[in-house]
Amino acid sequence: MKPHNLLRRARALPPSGKIGLALVTFWIIAAIVGPFVTPYPPGSFVSEEVFAGASSRFWFGSDYLGRDVLSRLLTGAQFTVGLSAIAVTLAVTAGTGLALTAAVGPRWLDELLSRAMDTLISIPSKIFALVLVAAFGSSLVLLTLIVSITYVPGNFRIARSLAVGLARLDYVEVARARGEGRLHIALVEMLPNMIRPLFADIGLRFVFIVLLLSGLSFLGLGLQPPDADLGSLVRENVSGLGEGALAILVPATAIASLTVGVNLLIDAATQGGKG
Amino acid sequence: MNRTAPHVEVRNLCVTVRGPDGGPLRIVNDVSFDVARGEMLALIGESGSGKTTIALSLMGYGRGGARISGDIRVGEAHLAGQGGASLGAQRGHRITYVAQSAAAAFNPSRRVIDQVIEPALIHRTASAASARARAVELFRALALPDPETIGNRYPHELSGGQLQRLMAAMALITKPDLVIFDEPTTALDVTTQVEVLQAFRKVVRDQGATGVYVSHDLAVVAQMADQILVLNRGRVREQNSVGRILEEPADDYTRMLIAAANPVVEARGPGVRAKAPLLTIDGVFAGYGAVDKAGRPAHPVLSDVSLSVGRGAAVGVIGESGSGKSTVARVVAGLLAPTAGTVSLDGTPLAPMVGGRTREQLRRIQIVFQNADVALNPAHSVEDILGRVLRFYHGMNRVDAQRRVAELLDLIRLPANVAGRRCDELSGGQKQRVNLARALAAEPDLILCDEVTSALDTVVRGAILDLLADLRRDLGVAYLFISHDIATVKALCDEIVVLYRGTRVESGLCESYAAAPYHPYTDLLISSVPEMRTDWLADETAVARAPFAHMGERPDLCRFLPRCPMAMANICDVLPPPRRTMSAGNAVLCHRTEEDLVP
Repeated sequence: MKPHNLLRRARALPPSGKIGLALVTFWIIAAIVGPFVTPYPPGSFVSEEVFAGASSRFWFGSDYLGRDVLSRLLTGAQFTVGLSAIAVTLAVTAGTGLALTAAVGPRWLDELLSRAMDTLISIPSKIFALVLVAAFGSSLVLLTLIVSITYVPGNFRIARSLAVGLARLDYVEVARARGEGRLHIALVEMLPNMIRPLFADIGLRFVFIVLLLSGLSFLGLGLQPPDADLGSLVRENVSGLGEGALAILVPATAIASLTVGVNLLIDAATQGGKG
Repeated sequence: MNRTAPHVEVRNLCVTVRGPDGGPLRIVNDVSFDVARGEMLALIGESGSGKTTIALSLMGYGRGGARISGDIRVGEAHLAGQGGASLGAQRGHRITYVAQSAAAAFNPSRRVIDQVIEPALIHRTASAASARARAVELFRALALPDPETIGNRYPHELSGGQLQRLMAAMALITKPDLVIFDEPTTALDVTTQVEVLQAFRKVVRDQGATGVYVSHDLAVVAQMADQILVLNRGRVREQNSVGRILEEPADDYTRMLIAAANPVVEARGPGVRAKAPLLTIDGVFAGYGAVDKAGRPAHPVLSDVSLSVGRGAAVGVIGESGSGKSTVARVVAGLLAPTAGTVSLDGTPLAPMVGGRTREQLRRIQIVFQNADVALNPAHSVEDILGRVLRFYHGMNRVDAQRRVAELLDLIRLPANVAGRRCDELSGGQKQRVNLARALAAEPDLILCDEVTSALDTVVRGAILDLLADLRRDLGVAYLFISHDIATVKALCDEIVVLYRGTRVESGLCESYAAAPYHPYTDLLISSVPEMRTDWLADETAVARAPFAHMGERPDLCRFLPRCPMAMANICDVLPPPRRTMSAGNAVLCHRTEEDLVP
């Protein structure tokens, strides 16, 4: 894809898509450059007042320990955006890959994979995460793996139903009659026609992952201090909820704007033109 | 109301949609016509001629945000500029619609009778009881079996032809001013089409209904309509009575439509029949579902089918839906393993499935599916599709493949700039050409054509048939040509095999199908093809009732027995039928002798 093509496509997006694109771009930039432009070190106690309101010194006020919320937000964004993006990529690659294997492979393999996924889907995600974190201790790698494994079955189910439908179409039959291998049928004939619904699924799953990561952090199972993602920021400042502190509103709004942005963009991009 | 004024009056009708460039695009341009009370007007033209758009605009409906302008008057109601409630009062009450596919138009989870009387209940034209009584009356008029109880069934329990007639009953239940028939028999088998047409014509006459009949088939329209309006690209080419249109068409386009309805293929094959056949299918049994211990599948489709195709020959396989004709192609292509019997190419038996065949064997047999919309991958460009075949079978590099793609496009008479386009940007006829080019790219000896012309309208069909005949002459490729349309098969093939419920009931040279004797089923097929004259369709089926209509099928007996008007007691229902060779050379699977079969 050439850059000017991307630009033209971006211009053709409906207004909702442009808003989504702006939000997503903002968060990607925030995740990349955020840690370098913090006004204060994210862990240092810089304000005498806890849950302070917005001021020229602290744009988003201070948190429950008197740390700068803006600095913590800029440092936390990389974890939420980065971890979620990696986890969703892993989950969708694994889910769709297995789904295509099931669709073009022998029947017993399809059964085996489908039942394995059913088993996985029946384990509550938080309990699953809790058990693994308890067993191995919390780390970035483990967290990413847990979160992606949790969302493989959902993507598998959607991709498999798409692939099984496509497998019956005439153009796949033609490829089969030509003597094409299973890999070609899966990747060249089927996958390009699954992209649009898969992208919609990616959007949904990204939101789930952000929420699960935030949820885990909220329970104290996610990122461990001193690191903090957006979910941890909400959790640690939960005592400020009663007074409507900026320290809790800002990270919560951040999570919302990220997930809404991703979905606006994906919806707009998959509706018009090609996904 | 003025008695002399026409019942339906359309003046300066224009329909505008948003074009691909975003600007307005007129798809119906300044169309005016009248329909007198009790008359049937046919709208005829190729796809894209605007015939369905005009029919729908008579209900004040524009598909996909189309804008309708002009005057439309039906009975005493003016439709132009109306909307919302007043339009709703007309639709389904004063103006009703019979769709092409009744199978898709009925709600599968509700009983048919409830759906048939629904318009009467919604518009409060009758009580439920009297609507039911009228429905039963209409069922009887439409020659539906068990008119009293058929309505209690669900749509999946009824055949396509029955559903189409039930849909007509639904359209007539409110005694409408205008009934719109939108290609109501196009999706039906030719034998079913006759019954449905008879029923439609009778009920329309009995009820004195005024109708608009949309079709691309002049022969069908000749049976149904009083007036014909010929359309091309949203413009009226000609309007006249049926007789005048058929006998003295004034417009060139009408003449072309009439010519295309009777396909005549100029270029016949070499005519030399080599001794050793290219493809031999010997005693093939096949079906779907689990195979039991005796080797019979749960849903048997083909039983003991044999045929052979010579090098450069064209063999037609014909039959109605459910005859197993597409299954023959799937077995030959190696997509379905036969449970018994063999398929051989040049005397070498082929492995039952694709996986067991060599790439060279696969290359020599190519399959072309009916529906180019789903046979071509929408994610790929024409060049990708053709290039893949070239790389796969001939190991061509990119440059050679590009050159060959251009040659192939030239061969199928498409402009070279099509190569870069995706298939969803092509027209139906262009797609079918690309579909054919993909098979040609492999340089095969045999192409399996599965209903390749069925989804096309008559003019395009004629062009594709010409192309097939030319390719055969120039490249020496053989065809196994599968179709439900005997006129198409006769135009292209030298040999014809007739399948009925998976058995070969007749086979022979094309010429032997010109006149009787043939199998009673072949007779039914041939006599069911509408002819282009107004008096072709009889009011009642002249054929005697089949004496064994009550009998279920038994695998060893003649499969056609329950429908056969010529069946003999104590023979046909006891013994399996023998294969007789007629003097014209055609082999017929029937107890009747040659003398019996000549009417």
